[in-house]
Amino acid sequence: MPRKFFMRYLPLTPEDRADMLGVIGAESIDELFVDVPAVARRKDPVDLPFHAGELEVEREMLGLSRRNRSASEGPFFVGAGAYRHHVPASVDHIIQRSEFLTSYTPYQPEIAQGTLQVLFEFQTQVAALTGMEVANASLYDGSTATAEAVMMATRVTRRSKAVLSGGVHPHYVGTVETLAHAAGVATERLAPAIDAEDAVIAAIDADTACVVVQTPNVFGTATDVSKIAAAAQAAGALLVVVTTEAVSYGLLKSPGEMGADVVVAEGQSIGNGLSFGGPYVGLFACKEKYVRQAPGRLCGETVDAEGRRGFVLTLSTREQHIRRDKATSNICTNSGLCALAFSIHMSLLGEKGLRRLALVNHQKALKLRDALAAVPGVQVLTPRFFNEFAIKVPGVAAELVETLAANGVIAGVPFSRLDPAAGLDDVLLVAATETTPDSDIAFFAKALTKVLDQ
Amino acid sequence: MKFTKDHEWVEVAGDLATVGITAYAAEQLGDVVFVETPDVGKTVKQGEALAVVESVKAASDVYAPVSGEVVEANGELSDSPETVNALPETGGWFAKIKLSNPGELDALMDRDAYEAFLGTL
Amino acid sequence: MSMNTVGRPTRPEAPSQTGDVNDYVHPTLTGARGLLQDEALIFELNAWDKTGVDLPDAPPADDLGDLVRKDPIGLPGLSEPEAVRHYVRLSQKNHAIDLALYPLGSCTMKHNPRLNEKMARLPGFSDIHPLQPQSTVQGAIELMDRLAHWLKTLTGMPAVALSPKAGAHGELCGLLAIRAAHEANGQGHRKTVLAPTSAHGTNPATAAFCGYTVVEIAQTDDGRVDLADLEAKLGDHVAAIMVTNPNTCGLFERDVVEIARLTHAAGAYFYCDGANFNAIVGRVRPGDLGVDAMHINLHKTFSTPHGGGGPGAGPVVLSAALAPFAPTPWVVSHEHTFKLVEEAKGPAAQAFGRMSAFHGQMGMFVRAYAYMLSHGADGLRQVAEDAVLNANYIKARLGDLMSPAFPNGPCMHEALFDDAWLEGTGVTTLDFAKAMIDEGFHPMTMYFPLVVHGAMLIEPTETESKQELDRFVTALRALAGAAKGGDVDRFKGAPYHAPLKRLDETQAARKPRLRWKPVAAAPLAAE
Repeated sequence: MPRKFFMRYLPLTPEDRADMLGVIGAESIDELFVDVPAVARRKDPVDLPFHAGELEVEREMLGLSRRNRSASEGPFFVGAGAYRHHVPASVDHIIQRSEFLTSYTPYQPEIAQGTLQVLFEFQTQVAALTGMEVANASLYDGSTATAEAVMMATRVTRRSKAVLSGGVHPHYVGTVETLAHAAGVATERLAPAIDAEDAVIAAIDADTACVVVQTPNVFGTATDVSKIAAAAQAAGALLVVVTTEAVSYGLLKSPGEMGADVVVAEGQSIGNGLSFGGPYVGLFACKEKYVRQAPGRLCGETVDAEGRRGFVLTLSTREQHIRRDKATSNICTNSGLCALAFSIHMSLLGEKGLRRLALVNHQKALKLRDALAAVPGVQVLTPRFFNEFAIKVPGVAAELVETLAANGVIAGVPFSRLDPAAGLDDVLLVAATETTPDSDIAFFAKALTKVLDQ
Repeated sequence: MKFTKDHEWVEVAGDLATVGITAYAAEQLGDVVFVETPDVGKTVKQGEALAVVESVKAASDVYAPVSGEVVEANGELSDSPETVNALPETGGWFAKIKLSNPGELDALMDRDAYEAFLGTL
Repeated sequence: MSMNTVGRPTRPEAPSQTGDVNDYVHPTLTGARGLLQDEALIFELNAWDKTGVDLPDAPPADDLGDLVRKDPIGLPGLSEPEAVRHYVRLSQKNHAIDLALYPLGSCTMKHNPRLNEKMARLPGFSDIHPLQPQSTVQGAIELMDRLAHWLKTLTGMPAVALSPKAGAHGELCGLLAIRAAHEANGQGHRKTVLAPTSAHGTNPATAAFCGYTVVEIAQTDDGRVDLADLEAKLGDHVAAIMVTNPNTCGLFERDVVEIARLTHAAGAYFYCDGANFNAIVGRVRPGDLGVDAMHINLHKTFSTPHGGGGPGAGPVVLSAALAPFAPTPWVVSHEHTFKLVEEAKGPAAQAFGRMSAFHGQMGMFVRAYAYMLSHGADGLRQVAEDAVLNANYIKARLGDLMSPAFPNGPCMHEALFDDAWLEGTGVTTLDFAKAMIDEGFHPMTMYFPLVVHGAMLIEPTETESKQELDRFVTALRALAGAAKGGDVDRFKGAPYHAPLKRLDETQAARKPRLRWKPVAAAPLAAE
């Protein structure tokens, strides 16, 4: 007999279960698990708590969440690849609509035009932002998108080495190294440097498939990469430009305008919360001539049997489910719902809003720079920046951050946390956005002065 | 014209072999949407991947039916991949190969043998 | 008596010409169909100089000189009412689990509890930064630790790498751990991965990405790994086998213990694709079967929403032999203090690297953990039982009309049919699927696995009631009857009632149009 079991997410009643077993012709549920080897059949539930009501679950989750200090609770200056921005309320409302939240990859285009049209609009927005001809329907995040860009460059150039600048986010470097080395691609990473993206030029040789530079880079430095593009292309290599703060596209020249062949970016800043590191959304854009070597999904325009405009996933023969061991990448999903959030937020901002948002961010960062530069012992290291910069502090930045946290300020990221071997223990990365009140900037400067004075 | 069991055809004039896929293969693939032809100057061995042909539902390697050096690729296919469906055994050719081992041709099927082979599939 | 003669008619009227409303079907003048709106692209709404976000003024960035962008970007901006309407209209063109059965085999489209969404939005989870001091995010790291504990307990495995962002990313993580272990043990010469013909496409794609040569293992007539063929292909050159269990035919690999034994005897590791773990969760621990590594799709078994194609999450459980090679970061705890190990040194000295920036899909961890707490050990076991029961019920109720690919014995969480039963009808698997759309159901997975001709893979999941299953069965039986009865037009032109008719994928692929482009003389952004 089936056990009497009721639980809010399971619609079958004990009577249903008995009826259904009868239709199937089985005596008990165990008969349906007959193919499981006897040694692995568990008679009893595993050693974990039993089911719980909404109220109990909520209580436990609240308890855990309260032991985290959220960005909204006080002065907060953390960036380094993820940024706190205000997301309009309508974005979260729309992404929770059943038809977006609980649908799958649009394999049946006739009943997935909602998702598909959003992807087409997203691709157009990303291409416009990055200044590139085409963009894909998103990848997992900025770091994995960077690794995919390197792999694509090796396919396009049939060469097997990537050169990474000293300004690329160390986590991105680690991700690229892991994937590239798995695939037999060599990497050369230049030493961390605040303002030396150009140094990759000297490292280009006949084996170089691509150079990877970042702007604004991990230290916040914004760079015109035109010269690097020319040098890479003259040597038959591609220029991959990385951006971890997508809002910067509203103020700074796009990578496409500066000659990039491939642009990859973290899109979290637009539409997506911090969420302790994920899920985020990787942006991937490139020149049209490379599109058949691009990773991930692509949405394209076509017509239906009656000639009406519609959208489908296309060029899917590049993908794993058809090409299998010859696929351009093993990627199966994109980051659909995060891409939707990005696209909605971008549609609300528009060009006008994005430019203004970017200017506000820059202005806040300038205020933060002025306030911190006035603190005795602090030196601002980054020459040109968008909304984030590096400072040199007396002593060890990691310890300073802990002390400031105890004083109510989440001060930024010690560079040593990203790259302990770099010997930059006195470097602190700080960011400001439109969410940073002027009073928090003043509070930070005051707290820093006090802590350094002790 | 000679044929392989992988549905490539080869037509020889002097020491130059024109290579493509058979009408049967084009029919089986469905609508061809993209062809990646080999670079001129590339040397291939019989049985090696020579080109890639993609339909909406599949991407397939096209194997070199003979060894030699690629001396010409059908550039028209990049703009009009549908030619492979329309004229598979004439205008839809993929590449011309300068034969390095004409003896290889002896082992390939003639049309009657290929038709008989198709009958067994 | 006073009579009101100007009221509206209270009964439907037939069109005067024909007398039958069904004869009067015509395209609408606007392209809309009742509630279903024809919606333009955001680029066609003439919204180049607007914004839906109110922001303060800011001075120009004179300090940045030539770095400043001057050309127009080309991005429309919508006010909130316009934006909400745009996306709500688009949403209504999507099928969704919340609307009706979504039986995509191997995708596990089960109900997504809304409590999980609410929990993920608590500021203590959604508004914390991955790089803020660890002392300020102890609750978040503890949640990762608890999730890891549940995953390890449910699988009977000693370690788990949480950071992979999806199933395929998890496969990559597992194979890289295997490669690192072989290299550390002087076995770096092993360059072959064995996988069954029925494997999901990501398996060979992942193995090839890691530089492995993929060799296929034959399948027996009853849909399982052919042990003799496996044994013949194992050897000193084999690094790993990749086997999905329950497999892609919806069957449990009966000989899985022997598969593991043979694999280990040959010095290779057993990578299990855990895409179908939902069929056995709480009843079978993969660790008891001899598995060395297995990814778990949190978006399948633990019901984080699919979101129209991601984001997912693919943690990988690892055996003791592979655990030292797990990628950073990972969580360690000591007397209620939790720490993320982010550097490849000390206990992580053998870590093979890093899968991505930061620590993984925290938003998915929160949802999956809430799902686990809600179900508990007993509820998760019931999940597996009901999923398997529902699939076998479908198989039993459709087995007489359609042809089960493996009629003998029970299936697990999904029922696989081939297209033998459609032979001679002129209707293909694709046609049948498109006709299901007209009946209000999402089609099943088609043409996968590749080993079954015209495959139809139906996975109902445990969150379907018997009533909904019966509604589905009734619809499919009626459709099957129509197909066998020669009503070919019903299928060839289907779907008739979807927002669009069948789309021309050939045109899309031959002349790719991957973005909107302004037509000549269309206005672009000012300035």
